[in-house]
Amino acid sequence: MFVDSLKRTAAVALTLWAAAHATAQAQTPVKIGYLGTFSGPIGAIGQDNYDGFMLAVEQRGGKLGNTPVQVLKEDDQFKPDLGLQIAQKLIDKENVPIITGLMGSNVAMAVARPITEKKVFLIGSNAGPSALAGAQCSPYQYVVSWQNDGHAEAAGKFSNDKGYKRMVLIAPNYQAGKDALQGFKREYKGQVLDEIQPGVTQPDFSAEIAQIAAAKPDAVYAFFPGALAVNFVRQYQQAGLNATIPLQTSSMLDATTLPALKDSALGLFSTHWWAPDLDTPTNKAFVDAFEKKYSRLPSLFAAQGFEAALLIDSALARTKGDVTDKAAFMAALKAGNPKSVRGALKFGNNNFPINDYLAFVVVKDAKGRHTLKTVATPLKDHQDAYHAQCALK
Amino acid sequence: MTFSLLLTQLLNGFQLGVLLFLLSAGLTLVLGIMHVINLAHGTLFMMGAYFAAATFGLTGSFMLAAVAAIAGSLVLGAVIERVVIAKLYARDHLYQVLATFGVILLFNEIARYGWGPSPVFMDVPAFLSGTVDLGGVVYPAYRLAIIGVGLLVGAGLYFVVHRTRVGMLVRAGATDAGMVAALGVDIRRLNAAVFAAGAALAGLAGLMAGPILSVQPGMGEPVLILTLVVIVTGGVGSVRGAVYGALIVGVVDTVGRAFLPTLMRELMDRSVAMAAGPAVASMLIYLLMAVVLAVRPAGLFPVKHG
Repeated sequence: MFVDSLKRTAAVALTLWAAAHATAQAQTPVKIGYLGTFSGPIGAIGQDNYDGFMLAVEQRGGKLGNTPVQVLKEDDQFKPDLGLQIAQKLIDKENVPIITGLMGSNVAMAVARPITEKKVFLIGSNAGPSALAGAQCSPYQYVVSWQNDGHAEAAGKFSNDKGYKRMVLIAPNYQAGKDALQGFKREYKGQVLDEIQPGVTQPDFSAEIAQIAAAKPDAVYAFFPGALAVNFVRQYQQAGLNATIPLQTSSMLDATTLPALKDSALGLFSTHWWAPDLDTPTNKAFVDAFEKKYSRLPSLFAAQGFEAALLIDSALARTKGDVTDKAAFMAALKAGNPKSVRGALKFGNNNFPINDYLAFVVVKDAKGRHTLKTVATPLKDHQDAYHAQCALK
Repeated sequence: MTFSLLLTQLLNGFQLGVLLFLLSAGLTLVLGIMHVINLAHGTLFMMGAYFAAATFGLTGSFMLAAVAAIAGSLVLGAVIERVVIAKLYARDHLYQVLATFGVILLFNEIARYGWGPSPVFMDVPAFLSGTVDLGGVVYPAYRLAIIGVGLLVGAGLYFVVHRTRVGMLVRAGATDAGMVAALGVDIRRLNAAVFAAGAALAGLAGLMAGPILSVQPGMGEPVLILTLVVIVTGGVGSVRGAVYGALIVGVVDTVGRAFLPTLMRELMDRSVAMAAGPAVASMLIYLLMAVVLAVRPAGLFPVKHG
């Protein structure tokens, strides 16, 4: 009796295994390493990025470019050394031909060269440090998000357009904060009254806000990442400055921070390349599908995860699922993607995207949720300032 | 630099000091009387903020949020004392550090699981949402309220510690716990009560900080570090030390951040000052602590022994 059932089970298992093996032989899945950040200070945006990426994979029944893919999800915890270990494991043990993700610029700087030197394709879906756009560009490296300075350059241009003559700038004292101030000043033509750089772990900005109030500028430009954005915007509003000194932000108001800000962010301006109302067919379908699956509005970071999956999808479709011919896959990636979230994704010589930057205002949508509404396009077909330092043609 | 700006910055420093006082009062007593190192004090601050934000989200009432924050962290403190700390009174400090560090990790994960990694919304009560004009100085009403609550708690704590029987036992315990126990006082119950009261104060601080800071996992750790600086500067175990230490650290930190970068720009090359100013300003309280430790190792206002 027992032996019988054991035999039966074994037979069933064997048949199943054979069946699975047969399909596997028909089409071996392409392995994609997703090196993301799920814990630490930017864990929330990392999760959004991954959810966006996986939405595209699931919509296509586990395939990209009609080729089955296997996504290996890894957490670098926002630590460069850990990110490097994981990248090496993905390349040497798992033999992945493609690595995507890369949330933090610190991690990106640590892993980009070790990945591209091994001729593994790197599809960056968030971080865009200046070095990777300049001297350290590579034909194996494609960034679907943005160069770090972009959102701030757009804010600088938008401030000119609004006629602000005297401004105070504030951003935390670390690399991305300095990049933001640099980028803003590259486009801003007016007078900079003061540049304030609070510590990157500092949660309360009462002293800095008092300084701003005393300087009486036409407007303030601010960049703060993640939770710091929530702190700053709320404290600025509590100090009663929303009504008197306009606050121009960039890259700090989106679906990851607005639910914690609500009315205190109403009427504030922000700049970036994406907002939920971006008017392209792919983006509309993406926002609807994301909301349906996860019951929340997507953020910029979710859109970038989705964009990365779409680029891999279009490239694999062009090579019919072949990643072994490196030159062919390279050409397929470089060609960009005509049906991307952006509309058409096109790369500059350094394989960073060339696209418009938009300005938004925070409004309430029909369902009473706080979201971004596009009001202007300060920069058209904008290319980053570092592409000339890249040796690629 | 105008006079009104200086006054605003002093108020800002005072407000930060008051918040730090709420946190350090409880922690300094636990450290001074029970000789327990409790790294999880920041966790009680975080959970107080979460209890408040969750209640606020459900009911929209700041008063109910206050009740939830204080009662919730009081109960949580009592439970942590009974389950984790009580077993470690006799052990070395290292065991206490390890155990309470574990508590930090546990509750950060619980918060992440329960409320997600993104910040949670918490608003100021409507009647405190505006600003107040104090003769030329426009100041957020909510921050004035924080100062008011802190002063009330400080006065209440002074009364309890110096004018009541329980307070006498607490002071006696801080001086010589063994002798108090030998005189027939149930020192374990006293310990549990002090710990729970400290937790409630941390929860109150979490409630007050909720609408200013983002309520999210791990929000307790930066505050814990500041609190430890306050205690070391003020003197371990002394409530008076916690009051003055907190105010000194709050004012030095805020005024330093506000004026040091500008001052350095006057004195040295602009590019050097731009690089060094913010860095030195954020180091200032640690420099202060180092100087205090070098000159008066027991802190500025130590408990008087003997």
